[in-house]
Amino acid sequence: MPADRLLPDTDAEDLLKLVREIAREELAPDAAKHEEAGQFPREQFRLLGRSGLLGLPYAERWGGADLSYEVYLQVVEEIAAAWMSVGVGLSVHTMSCWALAQHGTDEQRDRFLPDMLGGDLLGAYALSETHAGSDAAALSTRARRDGAEYTVSGTKAWITHGGEADFYTTMVRTSDDGPRGISCLLVDAATPGLTAAPPERKMGLTGSTTAQVVFDGARVPADRLIGAEGDGLRFALDALNSGRLGIAACAVGLAQAALDEAVAYAKQRSQFDRAIVDFQGVEFLLADMAAAVESARATYLEAARRRDRGLPFVRQASIAKLVATDAAMKVTTDAVQVLGGAGYTRDFPVERFMREAKVTQIFEGTNQIQRVVIARQLKRS
Amino acid sequence: MPNIVVLVKQVPDTYSERRLSDSDHTLDRDSADAVLDEINERAVEEALLIKEAQGGEVTVLSVGPDRATEAIRKALSMGADKAVHVSDPALHGSCVIQTSKVIAAAVGKVDGVDLVIAGNEATDGRSGAVPAILAELLGYPQLTHARKVVIEGTTIKVTRETDEGLTHLEASLPAVVSVGEKINEPRYPSFKGIMAAKKKPVETLTVADLGIDAGEVGLASATSTVVEAAPKPPRAAGQKVEDEGDGGAKIAEYLVGQKLI
Ligand SMILES: Cc1cc2nc3c(=O)[nH]c(=O)nc-3n(C[C@H](O)[C@H](O)[C@H](O)COP(=O)(O)OP(=O)(O)OC[C@H]3O[C@@H](n4cnc5c(N)ncnc54)[C@H](O)[C@@H]3O)c2cc1C
Repeated sequence: MPADRLLPDTDAEDLLKLVREIAREELAPDAAKHEEAGQFPREQFRLLGRSGLLGLPYAERWGGADLSYEVYLQVVEEIAAAWMSVGVGLSVHTMSCWALAQHGTDEQRDRFLPDMLGGDLLGAYALSETHAGSDAAALSTRARRDGAEYTVSGTKAWITHGGEADFYTTMVRTSDDGPRGISCLLVDAATPGLTAAPPERKMGLTGSTTAQVVFDGARVPADRLIGAEGDGLRFALDALNSGRLGIAACAVGLAQAALDEAVAYAKQRSQFDRAIVDFQGVEFLLADMAAAVESARATYLEAARRRDRGLPFVRQASIAKLVATDAAMKVTTDAVQVLGGAGYTRDFPVERFMREAKVTQIFEGTNQIQRVVIARQLKRS
Repeated sequence: MPNIVVLVKQVPDTYSERRLSDSDHTLDRDSADAVLDEINERAVEEALLIKEAQGGEVTVLSVGPDRATEAIRKALSMGADKAVHVSDPALHGSCVIQTSKVIAAAVGKVDGVDLVIAGNEATDGRSGAVPAILAELLGYPQLTHARKVVIEGTTIKVTRETDEGLTHLEASLPAVVSVGEKINEPRYPSFKGIMAAKKKPVETLTVADLGIDAGEVGLASATSTVVEAAPKPPRAAGQKVEDEGDGGAKIAEYLVGQKLI
């Protein structure tokens, strides 16, 4: 049963209808096969690009759709419900456009944004390094200004779309001034000196590539600096505040998909001469799963509505990420339980959902870091 | 620069359960999600491909209840330029001849038509005969069951697929073409296309606007009537062939018995 949504207008209803059609016909049927083979769904992202879905929450002037986060996130949720790697990829791409869209000069935006938002380019967001994960400010990839170029050396770690992306929104160190010594460069994937390491072999989300991106004296034109030198960490963390809402939406989509599988299975599986859905032990499990899915959805939508109205939303975004990803972990684990032995096999998708859920508690700020953010906001108020 | 009319029909989604209404055996259009028929998406796609290569204008034409506006909008969001919607309660239960007459009259409302493209048959209440009847009524050549369409000036060439093989047809425009499953892969609309579709003109007409008397259409004066309807019986269990070394021969015997070989 697809999620029952209260959308703000008919434009949003039509958009969600299109997204569901694409999800049902073009994404869901290929998900299991690609994930099993670890095959990146590049063509599927091109289809999203042609359908105008890769720049939704950005300005129409540069190829976006001026869409509210409230609606954009529900698009992400529907896509993640059909295929998590594609939902996550859409969210990461959207986040990778944020620094330029928000802080680029008009000249930079006119030059780069239309292809990033309205074309079929795919973006990556490169902040983490092996020694700088939760403590992102410790990053050490170095960019030295050298006339009209920066020479960049260092290694970014766990980069979603590493090796597949067309551009990398990359946080680099331009001075030793701690968090204030970090700058943001929009790096073209074809830059000489930029290579991607072989993809990580992951527990789940195997269709999505995650790889180290190595800068070895890569020469990046200085007109690809977004904002001023020293602005980079602030841009990176601001982008994450919105990116987290994307991850929350993905988690809810995944949990919804797991719930739908569990309900369908429980209705047709019978033991002791009854459908297992009629055992109260199973009923309550399913009811708790539905409660987790729907409360998580309400939580991210509330944060999105605040963002859309220009209100502070940092605490709400972290709460949404924490609640939604924990819900996804619990719901997908319980879905395996409802399917019993079948659920533990790869003939059914729920064991994959469970493996995919785990990473949502880790990336874009671990759930411990979300608590750090929430507590910091509480102390400030 | 061909001026193209594409016939589109709204049908119950094949993903949902479809029913006939108990009272008059017409299709119960409210019981299922309604969508633009997939074969019509291919017809629209073909028109758009021709337009993209040669210019011209694409008008979608639909005869159907008010709700059919959704199917029309889908076609417009794919890229068609404008639409004509014939909607009239008097049309309820119309037969294939009546429907074709209404379509022919509506095609006449579009200026300078060079080509009418239709799907070869619908997925709901269907005869598979509308394109042919329409061509007859319009006095246009009919090139049905196309899997390839080429337009060169005022000549149209079509490759038709049948069980026997491929036939090559050629006619001069204006003409009626019906397309089959293999003609193309229809595009998805883009979000921008969906927004643009809302501003495209849709002309809504009644049968009276087409100069047709309401008594000439609808269930009461239809040339065919559905007397009885029953759901498709569930599939019966298959026949088991025990292989005692002669399995192959037994299977062949069975197939001969069914006149399959
Ligand atoms: C599939 C995948 C895709 C990714 N994609 C990207 C990407 O596109 N771009 C990018 O830049 N990064 C990406 N990452 C990196 C990801 O954001 C980091 O893995 C994450 O921020 C955690 O950093 P870490 O792995 O170094 O863990 P660590 O920071 O070493 O954390 C280890 C443990 O310590 C805990 N911990 C750390 N600090 C604290 C603290 N202050 N208080 C309490 N507990 C703490 C953490 O919660 C965690 O449980 C991706 C990671 C994965 C797995």
